[in-house]
Amino acid sequence: MKIAVCVSNVPDTATKIKIGADGKSIESAGVTYIINPYDEYAIEEALKTKEKTGGEVVVISLGADASKETIRKALAMGADQGVLLKKDGCYDSFSVAQALAEEIKAQNCELVFMGKQSVDYDNCITGQLTAEILGYNCISVVVNFKLEGNKITAEREIEGGREVVETELPAIITTQKGLNEPRYASLKGIMASKKKVIEEKPAKDMSDLTEIIRLTIPSAKQPGRIIGTDASAVSELVRLLREEAKVI
Amino acid sequence: MAKIILAAIEQREGKLKRNAFEVMSTAKRLADELGLQPIAICIGNNIDGLGEAATTYGITKVIHYRSSELENYSPSAYTDIISAYGKEIEAEYLIFSNTSLGRDLAPRTAVRLSAGCLIDCIYLRNTNGEVIALRPVFAGKAIMEAKINGEVKVFTIRPNVFKTETAGDKVKADVEIREIGNPNLGTKVIAVKKSEGKLDVAEADIIVSGGRGLKGPENFKLIEELAEVLGGAVGASRAVVDAGWRNHGEQVGQTGKTVSPKLYIACGISGAIQHLAGMSTSRYIVAINKDKDAPIFNIADYGIAGDLFEIIPALTEEIRKIK
Ligand SMILES: Cc1cc2nc3c(=O)[nH]c(=O)nc-3n(C[C@H](O)[C@H](O)[C@H](O)COP(=O)(O)OP(=O)(O)OC[C@H]3O[C@@H](n4cnc5c(N)ncnc54)[C@H](O)[C@@H]3O)c2cc1C
Ligand SMILES: Nc1ncnc2c1ncn2[C@@H]1O[C@H](COP(=O)(O)O)[C@@H](O)[C@H]1O
Repeated sequence: MKIAVCVSNVPDTATKIKIGADGKSIESAGVTYIINPYDEYAIEEALKTKEKTGGEVVVISLGADASKETIRKALAMGADQGVLLKKDGCYDSFSVAQALAEEIKAQNCELVFMGKQSVDYDNCITGQLTAEILGYNCISVVVNFKLEGNKITAEREIEGGREVVETELPAIITTQKGLNEPRYASLKGIMASKKKVIEEKPAKDMSDLTEIIRLTIPSAKQPGRIIGTDASAVSELVRLLREEAKVI
Repeated sequence: MAKIILAAIEQREGKLKRNAFEVMSTAKRLADELGLQPIAICIGNNIDGLGEAATTYGITKVIHYRSSELENYSPSAYTDIISAYGKEIEAEYLIFSNTSLGRDLAPRTAVRLSAGCLIDCIYLRNTNGEVIALRPVFAGKAIMEAKINGEVKVFTIRPNVFKTETAGDKVKADVEIREIGNPNLGTKVIAVKKSEGKLDVAEADIIVSGGRGLKGPENFKLIEELAEVLGGAVGASRAVVDAGWRNHGEQVGQTGKTVSPKLYIACGISGAIQHLAGMSTSRYIVAINKDKDAPIFNIADYGIAGDLFEIIPALTEEIRKIK
């Protein structure tokens, strides 16, 4: 079976961001880009599944040239093939999902892993959108995954616990921390990845359904009041919570 | 195009969730501003007080799709039902809550309705007949102002952020029940594993969270006691979850839960951006940290820059006195 993993290239959450001149995107100069952390769980689960069922893992990313680094990382971890769908500055999940769906179909992948969320626009929907476009089943925010023949049993996180969900292939699974421990690329893997070719092609142009009007940096909250430095401040804190904030 | 705004509301075990009221109230407000009719849809088996809730929040009609097989979530069946109903009434707007269920269901429904979808909105306003949404992006380091182009629009709203307002004009909501004979259970929840009996951070009004500053799992007793006197839930930073001190279900932040309680007390938590991403929309934030330069103080309303081992027991005691 051929398994697909979709990965996105995102600014490291720890880096400072600045709004670009258009007011709608972020300034990329000075930003460190990394593989989306939740996609590492997706790669790991794809590799683990391949080790059990055989087959191949293809990594797909839609983005600018810089996304090649991210694909390369997945290849170094053990994926077999990489595809870059070239497109700059795409933020609309629906457009991304349509392009990914097309490639997944062309690659004939019955099982797809994605992260639960990209830490750039924090949409958390690309997996569900892509599945619905393809007519695949989908389980999101998965922390436990089992495949037997055609049948999938997975656990997803919900408020106050977990849901145990059953479905069948073809399916898209979106991954959450806790599912597995992503492996490190071995030196051998890194060397081998350099020989693997990344196929590049333009992403099909889709019309966006959402439109960013602007991005703003939230105005810094008034710095909080430091009431004191020891237990003598406690009665004042309780008074403020009761009388000013009225929350207790 | 019919002028309808559909509030997709959620039940668990036959009870409406609090966020269902937020969704109805938001739908009603936008309906008034945009000249739309607010309708609510709920899927489940027996659901308590559906008509009364709809009436309270000014929803004129509520439709209950009923099946004993749909008490739990089924992504395939719920998507089929809501999108078919959305098409039938030609809904222009659909509002969901940004819960684990809403975030899963809203995008699927959007595809079926060829709709655009904006997730985790913290504000929705009408500007000249268009709904403009605000949503945090880049872990809350930026706010996106966005809109949906196209005929049908789907939004999910962050729980505990939107106000619930009872409607002034109480008109009894019309309740229609439709039995579902053969739901599409292609993907279905076969069991729910509940974390034992504790209040979940995602649903609590007050959260007391602990971080690495607690030094060891045994000291979380302090956090538990404070949470108990306040009637709140216990939360945790990722550092202490990764260390195995606490369960992942308690984790607040990007990898854990997004919360907006009325009071969030962070104890021994530095305030890393990924933690802030999950709690910065809390109404009041209190920080207890011995490092006065810890970033958590930048977003806290009140802080005590001292030793938590001294401060938390004193705080618990003080609150116990007034309760
Ligand atoms: C992709 C990604 C996702 C992440 N997701 C999350 C997430 O969901 N949630 C999350 O929390 N983190 C998340 N993190 C981790 C985050 O970056 C931080 O590492 C983490 O939040 C730190 O936890 P902490 O504040 O408990 O520990 P620390 O940063 O070590 O802070 C401990 C604090 O305790 C204080 N302290 C120590 N002793 C005392 C004392 N006696 N009295 C008072 N104060 C004391 C110290 O001054 C310090 O500020 C994520 C990271 C990444 C890369
Ligand atoms: N540009 C992209 N290229 C490939 N995969 C993507 C892209 N954007 C999002 N994804 C996948 O969809 C998941 C969820 O992203 P999002 O819905 O944007 O939060 C990510 O973890 C990736 O697996």
